[in-house]
Amino acid sequence: MAQTRLPARTSERITEITIDDIAAFGAGAAIFGTGGGGAVYSAQLMVENALREHGPVPLVTVDELGPDDLVILLSGIGAPTVGIEMLSAKNQVEDLVAEVERLAGRPVTTVMAAEIGGGNGVQPVGWAARLGLKVLDADGMGRAFPDAAMVAMNVAGVPCEWAVLSDVVGNVSVMKTIDLHWLERHARALTVSSGSICIGAHYPLTAQTARGAVIEGTVSASIRVGHALLSASEPVAAVADVLDASVLLTGKIIDLDRRTVGGFARGSVTISGTGADRGRLQRLELQNENLLVLEDGEVLASVPDLITIVDAETGHAITTEMLRFGQRVSVLAWACDPIWRTPRGLELAGPAAFGYDLPYAPFEGAAR
Amino acid sequence: MTALRDLSIGVDVGGTNTDAVVLDESGTVLAHTKRPTTDDVTGGIRAGIADVLRALGDDRSRVSRVMLGTTHATNAIVARRQLDRVAMIRLGAPAATEYPPLIGWPRDLADRVLAGSAMLGGGHMVDGTPISPLDRDGILRFLDSLEGAFDSVAVCGIFSPSSPDQELEVESLIHAHLGSDTPVFLSQDIGPDGLLERENATVLNAALRGVAYEVTNALVSVVAEEGLDVATFFAQNDGTLMTLDYAVRYPVLTIGSGPANSIRGAAFLSGVENAIVVDVGGTTSDLGVLVQGFPRESTLPREIGGVRTNFRMPDILSLGIGGGTIIDPATGAVGPGSVGHRINTEGLLFGGSTPTLTDAAVAAGIDVAGRALPKLSAAMRSALGDALGVARDRVEEAVERLSLGRVDLPLVVVGGGGFLVPDGIPGSSEVIRPAHGDVANAVGAAISLAGGRAEQISDLDDRTAAIEAASQAAIAKAIQAGADPLQVAVVDVLETSLTYTTRPTLKVSVKAAGPLSRLAATASAY
Repeated sequence: MAQTRLPARTSERITEITIDDIAAFGAGAAIFGTGGGGAVYSAQLMVENALREHGPVPLVTVDELGPDDLVILLSGIGAPTVGIEMLSAKNQVEDLVAEVERLAGRPVTTVMAAEIGGGNGVQPVGWAARLGLKVLDADGMGRAFPDAAMVAMNVAGVPCEWAVLSDVVGNVSVMKTIDLHWLERHARALTVSSGSICIGAHYPLTAQTARGAVIEGTVSASIRVGHALLSASEPVAAVADVLDASVLLTGKIIDLDRRTVGGFARGSVTISGTGADRGRLQRLELQNENLLVLEDGEVLASVPDLITIVDAETGHAITTEMLRFGQRVSVLAWACDPIWRTPRGLELAGPAAFGYDLPYAPFEGAAR
Repeated sequence: MTALRDLSIGVDVGGTNTDAVVLDESGTVLAHTKRPTTDDVTGGIRAGIADVLRALGDDRSRVSRVMLGTTHATNAIVARRQLDRVAMIRLGAPAATEYPPLIGWPRDLADRVLAGSAMLGGGHMVDGTPISPLDRDGILRFLDSLEGAFDSVAVCGIFSPSSPDQELEVESLIHAHLGSDTPVFLSQDIGPDGLLERENATVLNAALRGVAYEVTNALVSVVAEEGLDVATFFAQNDGTLMTLDYAVRYPVLTIGSGPANSIRGAAFLSGVENAIVVDVGGTTSDLGVLVQGFPRESTLPREIGGVRTNFRMPDILSLGIGGGTIIDPATGAVGPGSVGHRINTEGLLFGGSTPTLTDAAVAAGIDVAGRALPKLSAAMRSALGDALGVARDRVEEAVERLSLGRVDLPLVVVGGGGFLVPDGIPGSSEVIRPAHGDVANAVGAAISLAGGRAEQISDLDDRTAAIEAASQAAIAKAIQAGADPLQVAVVDVLETSLTYTTRPTLKVSVKAAGPLSRLAATASAY
């Protein structure tokens, strides 16, 4: 496929996020969602509104963090079906961060997304604007994963000593939990009693603890990917270029098999190649996110490497629940952050963590 | 002696044409016409109805019903015409205050429609727990602050579709304060869960009040001028009808009625219950799916005039492919531009200089109105051939997408540009081109049933009771919309499970529909 020249801004360092970046950010975060990560539309509206009111938000790298900086992860938690109705309160994030500062004994200066994929990747920018804070050009997953324990800081062995939840009516709860599994369990129970939706802050990080423990550059990468997607005449090629991803196949969906197993939407999608890929067939295994790509009985790519199905014409990501028979799609795959390829990383998020009895073969980006 | 009162007139007011048909009780099309849509709406309706009445002659006294399908409300939003000023009240603060009302609206439309908004205490959580006490004083203070500079009030409470009492209480409060003739619109009547989308739909509905009056009055006055003794109905998005009173109250529910009518009409004319329907016009082709005689509904939010809404709309795939679609012979681009109704002067076939898909179809050997193309260069001939191939591929892909893998569904082709669709379409079992397909919209309006929909959230254990309660409510709404109480039935039940709840929780959505009540009171007037 022809290479598309990218707009000039993609080669520049992004030092602040403006209102004009948010549509691109949303489109890019959807690509990093690897089929999951949830809706970005209402998150985009909120962030644009906040930036309109408070102006651009500084975007900083881990290297730029000083000794006085305190980073906190922010994310929405709860039922998506409730989240579309009982939206967040204006003071909810303020109340949350005030409690975080009381616990930490010093001010929070910077926020980070727990996961860059989907709406959870976009919202922290709006909250940073409202709070007058910086955004760290990083996140905890480099993509979307279904479990709070599947974060890079957990791989790196950084403990999460406490977490704070705030709900729409003003309740703020502090959890001092012994590990991320207990945190997930307690956070769920509190979220249910709060009406099934909360905002959570956890994993306080400093310049020291963040280094090597977060996935760097994912905010600017999402914005770049989104700008490339929205401005290119060949969006799929442009997205692949910015991500250093391979287009594994372009074709149409000829089979969809979805079933609910253990509370997760599992399934598979079969794509038959068209054009130059005619005669080839690939199957993707799904569980909220895209997990594996198979062709001729061979695994071409698997978690924790990233696999995203995009519309072959527009380049926009298609989430697993939006896949439909007959769609013309391209399958993109690209290498995950090295932290996920460590033994601990693979234990938490490799094929075995999702129940597949398969060895992990790193995806190196070479198209077949 | 009692004369037969067995005829229905269906009228479809489209952006370009107003179609009218007369159907008898067996469904035979006795008369049909196409007239240009007029700026004042009434003119086109008057001309269409006059045409078919003339064709009926003395049988005009057999007409007992007139059904109108119209895109007038949609056009008013898109063109920002005749919209009322709305005071918007949201109940649920402090929840959702991060998202003020009308967030995401195009600025010019929001400025045009919104007289003011307030986010006040009230609302419910998913399990019915109050979010905060209802702020009655706040509501009155807000309305007083606007000093009457609004035409109507829209009220949207968080989780009001499952906890409706509070919105009803607020309606009484407003009526007690401002008088009972102040129009108040409640979100529970307009849409399902999805606060911003439901709120948007409620505000649009309130803003369309004046437009709804205009178009219902147009129908009433034409009927009066013609001296017809008939019951009048409006077509709504799900392919069912509502009474005039109901249409005035819920004009937003007419917004998807055009495609719904063409799908219902195509089903009726072709005699199939399950099919893919493609309506090929001058500018676009609209494809929909017919399931058990009704249009399949979209599960996704849809945009109207740049505003995201979530009330039930037919699942329509629109392609920029129509008879007037412009072909660029230099680049091979097909559309998205169209010469529209100017095809009669601008198309090659009609002596113009703009190549269109109609020209491409004629070049490929299809006969259109006995006309012939001028002599074409080899390059032009080849460009036209390629363009037709592109158009057919797009239609084929759309058919495949909508069929969800079912290859046994027939494809029913209606609309003036139907010749663009070839006879063999992979993904469909056969291609059916019913007679009178060019007025399928008006036929769809004339044959419609009356319907209603209701939702309920409940514990999984109470599933049966929840479906029962939602069914009762949906049936009541269908009867209110004009359905015969003895024949109304549940036609669709949707169940969705909710996560992050204390107990397994379910949302059920039920649709009921039935034939219109017999007009016993007026049936023996002649």
